[in-house]
Amino acid sequence: MENTYYISNYCSIKNGKASLNGNSQITSSETEIPLVLKNIYKELDLNYRKFFKMDTLSKLSFLAAEMLLKTPTEAIEERDIAVVLSNNASSLDTDRKHQKSIADSTNYYPSPAVFVYTLPNICIGEICIRHRLYSENSFFIFDDFSGEHLFDYASSLISSKKSNEVLCGWVNVDEENYEAFMYLVSTEKSKIEHTTKEINRLYQEL
Amino acid sequence: MSELKEELKTKIIEQLNLEDVTVAEIADDEVLFGDGLGLDSIDALELIVMLDKDYGIKLTDPKDGKKIFESVNTMAAFIEANRA
Amino acid sequence: MSKSVAITGMGIISAIGNNVEENYLSLINGKKGISKISKIDTIHKDCIMVGEIAYTNADLEKSLDLPADHNYSRSSLLGAFAAKQAVENAGITNMAKYRSGLISASTVGGMDMTEKYFYDYIENPTNRKYIDGHHLGDGTQKIAKLLGIEESFVSTISTACSSAANAIIIGSRLIKSGKLDRVVVGGTDCLSKFTINGFKTLMILSDTYNTPFDDARKGLNLGEAAAYLVLESDEIVKAENRKVLAYVKGYGNTNDAFHQTASSENGDGATAAMEKTLRVANLAPKDVDYINAHGTATPNNDLSEGRAIIRVFGEEVPPFSSTKAYTGHTLAAAGGVEAIYAVLALQNNVIFPNLNFKNKMKEFSITPETSLIKKELNTVLSNSLGFGGNCTSVLFSKKP
Repeated sequence: MENTYYISNYCSIKNGKASLNGNSQITSSETEIPLVLKNIYKELDLNYRKFFKMDTLSKLSFLAAEMLLKTPTEAIEERDIAVVLSNNASSLDTDRKHQKSIADSTNYYPSPAVFVYTLPNICIGEICIRHRLYSENSFFIFDDFSGEHLFDYASSLISSKKSNEVLCGWVNVDEENYEAFMYLVSTEKSKIEHTTKEINRLYQEL
Repeated sequence: MSELKEELKTKIIEQLNLEDVTVAEIADDEVLFGDGLGLDSIDALELIVMLDKDYGIKLTDPKDGKKIFESVNTMAAFIEANRA
Repeated sequence: MSKSVAITGMGIISAIGNNVEENYLSLINGKKGISKISKIDTIHKDCIMVGEIAYTNADLEKSLDLPADHNYSRSSLLGAFAAKQAVENAGITNMAKYRSGLISASTVGGMDMTEKYFYDYIENPTNRKYIDGHHLGDGTQKIAKLLGIEESFVSTISTACSSAANAIIIGSRLIKSGKLDRVVVGGTDCLSKFTINGFKTLMILSDTYNTPFDDARKGLNLGEAAAYLVLESDEIVKAENRKVLAYVKGYGNTNDAFHQTASSENGDGATAAMEKTLRVANLAPKDVDYINAHGTATPNNDLSEGRAIIRVFGEEVPPFSSTKAYTGHTLAAAGGVEAIYAVLALQNNVIFPNLNFKNKMKEFSITPETSLIKKELNTVLSNSLGFGGNCTSVLFSKKP
């Protein structure tokens, strides 16, 4: 892996604030996650009905990806962007919701629409469906954010020609805590070099 | 019957998280799946659960669902005819 | 680095037989293994049909010579049984002689025991041993230990119905890249309330014999099975003078990017998987002699897959059939079961009939083969299409 790649864009959603390349784009005065995410959705002026059907992790990931990739176009499809995401709470937020719906054996009505989100990588699916990405994808569960692992995986995907670009990140939802950090790795030269150090630095800046 | 239809519209919006749709926007004969409201197969399952939970009606063959869930009209007629 | 990936051993247990030979005889005699369920007490027992394996857990325990305090789930029992058969079939006596790995697939894992004892665990310590056997990796570890490859590369795949096919891909790539010389690949899934209820909720279970690619198809029958293949490098084949059963010639795993549980209307993912497989195999569509289709007999799968086949093969669709009518849909094991059927087709130059087919689908003109056909086969393409849009194709060939 001698080649140098670059981080072309990065974004984050945390504490009611959505930022792109370090600049605050949207600030929500809401504190509850669903309302924050709804605010961002409205501010981004999206018209995607399926958004409201997603679980919180997917909504969060979807919005972060939307900030980086913008409105779906055929050009995005052709860029061959792989998706590699990670977190440490898996889909626990939705798992708990599902568990609640089946806890009472006399009032037992699990929701199929909740159940289908009881896997963390469904959020990758939502991004792929939105932007027509038929590319490679992987979701990892770590104890903590691991810039090193994301670096290795993205570098390997590009150097072995499995993809041209990689959408990487950390998307986590656990009870009232949430954070999303995503960045695009590309071969095109830009200001930020794709190194473990830089990935960790950008993440720490959140 | 018209009361039931209004009730169904509210429930459909709530159950299926159709945040950007209002009761007034759903016509009684509007096609719910495909081109109309754009519902999908998971939505159909949610509606089947709703029939069971709120009206005590159990559906077993999903093919029946196709006709029943065609529109608010057909849903209301089915519930009227089958509710416990 | 190995240029080709040779299949040198196979082991299987399914609703139509307890070994490769029995499965083959059922296939050529049109003997299906679908019946009412007898081993699981489910409230759906009167309205579903399944592909159940005749052996009880006690039969399998005895055959594997397990101690009384073991904590094998039924998936692990079936997996161990079939994997052992595959290794014996390959004639392997010293596993440690070459760098060997195991890639095993499952979606159910130890769910059958969890269902049985979950409420009992709190009160009664006797069955708590099964808690450790719940996760998918446990069965893989057990099989690895049994085969003597626990020290090497061991991994578990769970990508719904394409699981075992993906295990074959990973094993093949490990051999091609020279990371390993030998990989045992396949999958195992037993029947469980978890899968029965899940598929029942999705309303895609048929209450009668499943009818792949039939216009009046009502859905799938679940089945249980375990199937493993031994993949070996050119080097082992030469050094050990192995009899090669067939080769893994090409493969492709793609993303349908459409829906959590539904396949796209035109089979985008399946089309891409078949095209990628042909590219890896360096073959043209016309070089495919037979397709063992995924053909689950759900309205959605057969339409989507059929359209994908037409997109890839155009006017000249090769003979195709689904063997799900024999075995039921064996989920994580399906890609392994059908890989073995593909090899049997190549070895015997036969195309297995798509049982229960009567009515041509109205959406297209292609129809599956309905009788046993004798034909010189050089290549067989096998499709495994999973929920979440995980689509896999594998191409098997007589020549490397």
